[in-house]
Amino acid sequence: MSEFEPNIVAFLCNWCSYAGADLTGTTRTHYPPTVKVIRVMCTGRVNPLFVLQALRQGADGVLISGCHPGECHYLKGNFLARRRFLLMKNLLEYIGINPSRIRMSWVSASEGKKFADVITEVTEDIKKLGPLKSFKREIL
Amino acid sequence: MSKTRVGVYICHCGVNIKSTVDVTKLTEFASKLPHVSVAKDYIYLCSDPGQELIKNDINEFNLNRIVVAACSPRMHEPTFRKALRSAGINPYCLEIANIREHCSWVHEDIEKATKKAESILAATVAKASLLEPLEEKEVDVIPTALVLGGGIAGIQAALDIADTGFKVYLVEKDPSIGGHMMQLDKTFPTLDCSACILTPKMSDVGNHPNIELLTYSEITNVGGYVGNFKVTIKKKPRYIIEDKCNGCGNCISYCPIEMPDPFNLNLSKTKCLYIPFPQAVPACFVIDPDYCRYTLNRECKQCEPVCKELGAIDLKQKEQFIEVDVGTIIVATGFDTFDPTLKPELGYGLYPNVITGLEFERLSSASGPTTGDVMINGKKPKNVVFIHCVGSRDKTVGNEYCSRVCCMYTAKQAHLIKDKIPDAKVTVFYIDVRAFGKGFEEFYDRVKQEGIIYRRGNVAEVYKRGEKLVVKAEDTLLGQLVEVETDLVVLAVGMVPRADSNTVNNLLKLSQSSDKFLLEAHPKLRPVDTASDGIFLAGCCQGPKDIPDTVAQASAAASKACIPLSQGKVRTEAQVAQVNDLLCRGCGFCVEVCPYDAIELKPTVIAGETVDVASVNEVLCKGCGACVAACLSGAIQQKSFTDEQLLSMIASLGESYE
Repeated sequence: MSEFEPNIVAFLCNWCSYAGADLTGTTRTHYPPTVKVIRVMCTGRVNPLFVLQALRQGADGVLISGCHPGECHYLKGNFLARRRFLLMKNLLEYIGINPSRIRMSWVSASEGKKFADVITEVTEDIKKLGPLKSFKREIL
Repeated sequence: MSKTRVGVYICHCGVNIKSTVDVTKLTEFASKLPHVSVAKDYIYLCSDPGQELIKNDINEFNLNRIVVAACSPRMHEPTFRKALRSAGINPYCLEIANIREHCSWVHEDIEKATKKAESILAATVAKASLLEPLEEKEVDVIPTALVLGGGIAGIQAALDIADTGFKVYLVEKDPSIGGHMMQLDKTFPTLDCSACILTPKMSDVGNHPNIELLTYSEITNVGGYVGNFKVTIKKKPRYIIEDKCNGCGNCISYCPIEMPDPFNLNLSKTKCLYIPFPQAVPACFVIDPDYCRYTLNRECKQCEPVCKELGAIDLKQKEQFIEVDVGTIIVATGFDTFDPTLKPELGYGLYPNVITGLEFERLSSASGPTTGDVMINGKKPKNVVFIHCVGSRDKTVGNEYCSRVCCMYTAKQAHLIKDKIPDAKVTVFYIDVRAFGKGFEEFYDRVKQEGIIYRRGNVAEVYKRGEKLVVKAEDTLLGQLVEVETDLVVLAVGMVPRADSNTVNNLLKLSQSSDKFLLEAHPKLRPVDTASDGIFLAGCCQGPKDIPDTVAQASAAASKACIPLSQGKVRTEAQVAQVNDLLCRGCGFCVEVCPYDAIELKPTVIAGETVDVASVNEVLCKGCGACVAACLSGAIQQKSFTDEQLLSMIASLGESYE
């Protein structure tokens, strides 16, 4: 059997992390092909339901990445996201899913290298946890 | 609504995408996706023939949704939206799959990259087939600009906008405009007197009917959006009434308090009732409240009676807040010089005869503390050492960048030493000499011929031996340690972002690049734009540059800032929030999270009953979507980012790995 390649869904805000991920591309910095990006205008848009649905429907991990605290393009959207993220972690633990499957990071539009590092780290972390199977079985 | 018919277009981007993603396979994959009527690949979709291909297909296959798999939507989304519009379909029926920046450029394995491109594309098609046409509204632009910062960048930008015929507010935090350029003695490589070329522009600003100059002022709040910014400006109390002061200066001699002169970088003293420099604009005095005995302890007041006739002194003046409405904003907040105490081995702050390049400018300037004689402890230095790259190209202090001006200002200062003290021995320690501008190399050559010794090498230490300073360095051309005895060490300090730049950046929501200078919208093609529409950059706040580059960038920013002002109208954000009245339960969570106060609860008649329902002000809404995530009943949705659309992407991304 080939090595487990995690499937990770990333929600990136348009102004910082999506632009940072673009810069990673422009500078041809390589990272594992495990992460698929969904662009939102702000991490504050990320509904907790999105995270649950992603994990339920086949993702092994979820990344939410936005502007650094205090630098949100929409003033405070990343703070809302951070608050929701912490609640999500509790919820995941409560329903028996390792909360390390979700991760939040701050990557600015100029941090192309950091984006690659974050993806590499998340991939390694999820690899260690293995594929997410139980959640799907329990719910479906 | 007619049947959903999606057209998928896959770009090779020359070899940029094609070399890592199998575009033929991807096209075949796309043609089998739900709702897809046609899928094609093309070498350059952004080219005219590429866009024509899409436009023709829209008509031929009656397409109503388009997916372009190419570079980042941050690059060409506007291009393809225009193509859709000209083919007669709503420009918001477009979705971009980013298979270049997020796929082909960051992966090597063709098979894996192609598989990832397939999942990106499938998710994008899933979302695209759920897109709805959106309407853009137009609002009027307030035909006024605000320029933040009154150095040469801000001065040039304000003059250009004002000359175009628009009103400009020029906001400067210091008591006079002029900025760092006013502090310089001569300018490289032409040796123009800095003040002589700057002061005419300064008085133009002071006299221009279209410029409202707000000195000793700072911005404290910025609201609104391109075309309609609302900026709150704090006018600090000068304790002198600007309209009444004629700049005569009779009051100065009555002021008993001395303080370090900020214009001369604390190298001399000034009264705490002062004018920054003789050519200041406005020619109006100011009282420093941190030194004035009246503002501190309510005593003294010796100045007030002197100005009885004009009545210009008002020691009870309070700060004032002014609100202005402007269409566009130019940020020209400039730089600070690097603080050399962060390199303690160079002895700055320890030895008074170790000074910075900017301090040298004041020593050399006729308006400076020594009226232009370069004197150290009352003596002319016989040996002078210049040290390049202090705080630039130096990872140990976190500044990897080159400050671009220090090589040349050092060459100029070395020349000035030779000019003023012909028998002085001048040594310059450098890493590389970057004489890249017009006339720079020629000037550098001239300076070398004047007998100035250039030694390549990093300075390790500056220390004292008897009366003299010793500069210890490794001459990397000779490969040996050298010690040079000297009377004066001048540090070629680089440029760093303003210490208070974070305040301004946060108010305007501007991003910084990794060097902490302000980030432009595109490093090559949009060098004066920012990610925020209607806000532009000029001068050293965007990165170190010399005066000609600053002036050029300021004029560029001014012409950019004039575009919305002349157009008179701007399109508002189309991807705003909207409420389904029937689902809204009036809890008000959305009202609480909205950063722009764009939502309010309004009594609405639903099925014969009056209930509170959320209502979005579409002009204030900026489309962040925070309210959507907060809504418990799914009543509020962001157009083009609805729950249904995003969940379709999530489902698709999960499936593709089953």
